Amino acid sequence: MQKTEKKKLTVKDILKNIVSRQIFIPIAALLALVLFNLIMDPGFFAVTLKTNSAGNPVFTGNLITILDYGSELAILAIGMTLVTAAAGGQDISVGAGIAISGSVILRVLCGSTTPWPDKMQAPIIVAFLAGCLAAVLCGAFNGVLVAYFKIQPMVATLILYTAGRSIAAWVNLNQLPIVNDKSFGYFGNIIPGIPIPTPIFITAACLIIIALLMKFTTLGLYTQSVGINESSSRLNGLNPILIKFLAFVILGLCVAVAGLIKVSRLSTINYSVIAKDIEMDAILAVALGGNVLSGGKFNIAASVLGAYVIQFLTTTLYKYDVRSDALPAYKAIVVIVLVVLSAPTVRRYLNGFKKKLTLRLSGKEVG
Amino acid sequence: MSTEKTQNTKKRISSKFQNMTDTNLLLTITVVVFFVMYIGAMIFQGGAFLRPQAFLNILNSQAALIIAACGMSIVMIAGGIDISVGGMAALVSMSCAVYLDYKGGNVFVSLLIALAIGLAFGLVQGALVAYLEIQPFIVTLAGMFFARGMTTIVNTEPFNVQNEQFVALKNARIVIPGLGSTNRNGVYVDAYIEIGVVVALLVVIFFFCLLRWSKLGRRFYAVGGNSQSALMLGINVKRTKFYAHLICGLLAGIGGFVYFLHIGSGSPSHAMGMEMNAIASSIIGGTMLTGGVGNIIGTFFGVLSLSTIQNIVSSAGLGEAWWTGITVAAMLCLFLVIQSVVMARKKKIIKG
Repeated sequence: MQKTEKKKLTVKDILKNIVSRQIFIPIAALLALVLFNLIMDPGFFAVTLKTNSAGNPVFTGNLITILDYGSELAILAIGMTLVTAAAGGQDISVGAGIAISGSVILRVLCGSTTPWPDKMQAPIIVAFLAGCLAAVLCGAFNGVLVAYFKIQPMVATLILYTAGRSIAAWVNLNQLPIVNDKSFGYFGNIIPGIPIPTPIFITAACLIIIALLMKFTTLGLYTQSVGINESSSRLNGLNPILIKFLAFVILGLCVAVAGLIKVSRLSTINYSVIAKDIEMDAILAVALGGNVLSGGKFNIAASVLGAYVIQFLTTTLYKYDVRSDALPAYKAIVVIVLVVLSAPTVRRYLNGFKKKLTLRLSGKEVG
Repeated sequence: MSTEKTQNTKKRISSKFQNMTDTNLLLTITVVVFFVMYIGAMIFQGGAFLRPQAFLNILNSQAALIIAACGMSIVMIAGGIDISVGGMAALVSMSCAVYLDYKGGNVFVSLLIALAIGLAFGLVQGALVAYLEIQPFIVTLAGMFFARGMTTIVNTEPFNVQNEQFVALKNARIVIPGLGSTNRNGVYVDAYIEIGVVVALLVVIFFFCLLRWSKLGRRFYAVGGNSQSALMLGINVKRTKFYAHLICGLLAGIGGFVYFLHIGSGSPSHAMGMEMNAIASSIIGGTMLTGGVGNIIGTFFGVLSLSTIQNIVSSAGLGEAWWTGITVAAMLCLFLVIQSVVMARKKKIIKG
């Protein structure tokens, strides 16, 4: 009799352990989506090898689409998590940042004579570095406002959110440059001969780099401590201004990589539409990853998983003929449900309710 | 001798600086900047800026923004933020447009629809922010995307409203005697304002009085300044925050209707960036983002400054669309830095 009770307890403990883990939230959301799609249409997960119009082999299927198009979001989620953890706020200028860095990349590639050259005027690596520089400058601007002038992150980044797309248009004098060279498209589509879309590899590379950074430097620990208590970390010899600034610079680099993928997909740019509303998705990914939005503890893997959950949701919604304009409404409902469930007051209330319920149940048994 | 004198004046200035409340200090900066800018434009660009109608046109086109920015200021004074006002304005104008044209409704009911939408958003967002203690930015960000999404669900295509009652109301003009001017053809044209301007001015006066003299108004400042000490003074912090968001939602609804009245059509891309302009005007008007400092009159001047600089930029020959975004952002940046520096200096002076 007693033995079984003991066993029950351990199972419960294990369950509790799993549920209390931060990464549980995105995994649960992912599982829910997978289950929903399995029930509605098992063919959702089919992956087939096809040849595309250029005669190259490509894997196609919803799963590949999710991994492919979730890349930008996953890369942004890395930087956004760091900014959230260090500064206790979110950067809402990432969409505008992508527009700026993409515009700079195209400007360098197309040169100054004509927006539609037959050949690229500069190597891609130079263009990418220029794009990185632009995005890092944007990040540094935000970082200075937040870290040095102590302006709330969301409001400080509001400046670039307002001006970013205008600046992007101004970089190319409002023309729409087109890169005709096929090799530029490799970053956003596929490299001939490799059937998996390139953005997946780029994301993997970014994840490995950030994992190494977290493993071999104190960046993660310092970021967390600045986010939890700024003044006590300063008293312990950290430099909160530098750490916050660094977080924004890293986000800038993420933005540049995402910008390269975005412009490479189409080989051109549309200033007002490119990466529209991506800031909302990036913040949502961080929230879905179970990170505290007011700074402190963070888990980058959970955020990245959250990003893929969002892309999964988007792909699922598209499958049921939801218009792209109406998509934000559904996503907003998901956000609200998530933040309400993770709100401390609601949690406290739910816990109290659970205790009451168990008490009443046990009382009934005794009675 | 002379150094003593300058020191004396410095002392006097610094004591004045000390005695000024934060609200008045930032308000003064804004008002001075506005007048300098407008008078500068009159002197250097002349032309259109010399006619009173130019000023009234700013009011006509920005009436909705003034109303929305008032709500925004109240929320910001109470320590929150609301970025759903632009989305709400788009949703209100689309809903009213569909109701008026496709359902053949009357104008009064469409006003009620606008108020109901504002009230619903205010209630939900206020409850989420105040009672569930979720960050206002996240809540209202979701609200903004929900409103934008709903707008396209209500109707995708932009269209002009043909309803006669509405068009009559839209074209109603209130002539201001004595301020008219002769146009290029030598014909005398009366100066006029639209109905929305009257609403906006009433809102400004009402909420100025509310914030200055009512208990609720003072509570907003107390909660935004320091919610902990406000709680200790016996103020119901949660309810105060709830009211702030409720008022903001309601004002966004009214602002949306005024916007609709001015523009006379429904479109999903309406009022794009209105929330950012409202926040920018509030900040330029001296409302501190950290809460507890701000003034409705300042916000009013903030809106005027913002649109004046836009007018100056476009009449200076920088007509391309991107200049507007860049100038607004530059101005916002400037005022944010001024706020930060002024506050840091003030703290230093008070300390020692």
